[in-house]
Amino acid sequence: MALEYAVFGAVFVVALGSSLAMLFARNAVHAALFLVATQVALAVAFLLQGAFFVAAIQIILYAGAIMVLFLFVIMLLGVDRREALTEPLPGQRPLAIGLGALLAAQILYVAYRGVELAVPGGGDGAGAITELNRDPGNVRAVARLLFGNYILPFEATSILLVVAIVGVMVLARRIGSIEAAASGAGSPATEEAA
Amino acid sequence: MSIAPGFYLALAGMMFTIGAVGALVRRNAIVIFMFIELMLNAINLVFVTFARVHGNLDGQVLVFFVLVVAAAEVVVGLAIILVIARRRASANVDDVSLLRW
Repeated sequence: MALEYAVFGAVFVVALGSSLAMLFARNAVHAALFLVATQVALAVAFLLQGAFFVAAIQIILYAGAIMVLFLFVIMLLGVDRREALTEPLPGQRPLAIGLGALLAAQILYVAYRGVELAVPGGGDGAGAITELNRDPGNVRAVARLLFGNYILPFEATSILLVVAIVGVMVLARRIGSIEAAASGAGSPATEEAA
Repeated sequence: MSIAPGFYLALAGMMFTIGAVGALVRRNAIVIFMFIELMLNAINLVFVTFARVHGNLDGQVLVFFVLVVAAAEVVVGLAIILVIARRRASANVDDVSLLRW
């Protein structure tokens, strides 16, 4: 039990510390690396709550694939470009921080009351999760739900992914090559250069 | 799992707030996207925590849908940022003010 508290304390400190560090990092690459640290800490928090498969996916997909995509675009646009410090909207930053403090107060109040509000009686289903992780196993139980009750949303996400892929391919084309292809005048050499 | 769910909810709430403030305060479009990712991550923690509170795995399944939407959103958003950066040579959101009144 004491070990669990120690691990949760480490998760708390690392997750909150690196999200705050993201806020103050001037360099976009540093912000990306702090986000990776936050996501790894969150994966440990998932493990602590018995969500083993979600923790693995969090590391593979978020800290791996998505963050590599971020770093790729940062490198493509140039790393050493710092953010402009001029503030075009006067008072936006203090207003954002004030509203953020208000939001934090509200969310923390709801988190304080949260379990009572969501589950009358304030039950804790940790035992049921442990039982599910033991008998069919976490991956198997999640898969049964995903391909059973949630099969329709699952198929809808595949459509979403296809739409996103097609949209990105249309966006990422150079305008010149589209016009050249439309007019039919583009020689293979110019298409290659575009 | 002896730690009360409220602690996880508090952690997620603070991370969500940091993400919201960061998305408002920062100027670089890529960094704003990272803060949106941070907010989605906080929401994932809330889903997993409430899956544990209710004692079933529906919350853990919903995390996958959040993840897929996040991935699609990042891919499309980064492509838009790339197109804008190609035209204006910067990823600063203040430069994209053509539609502002």
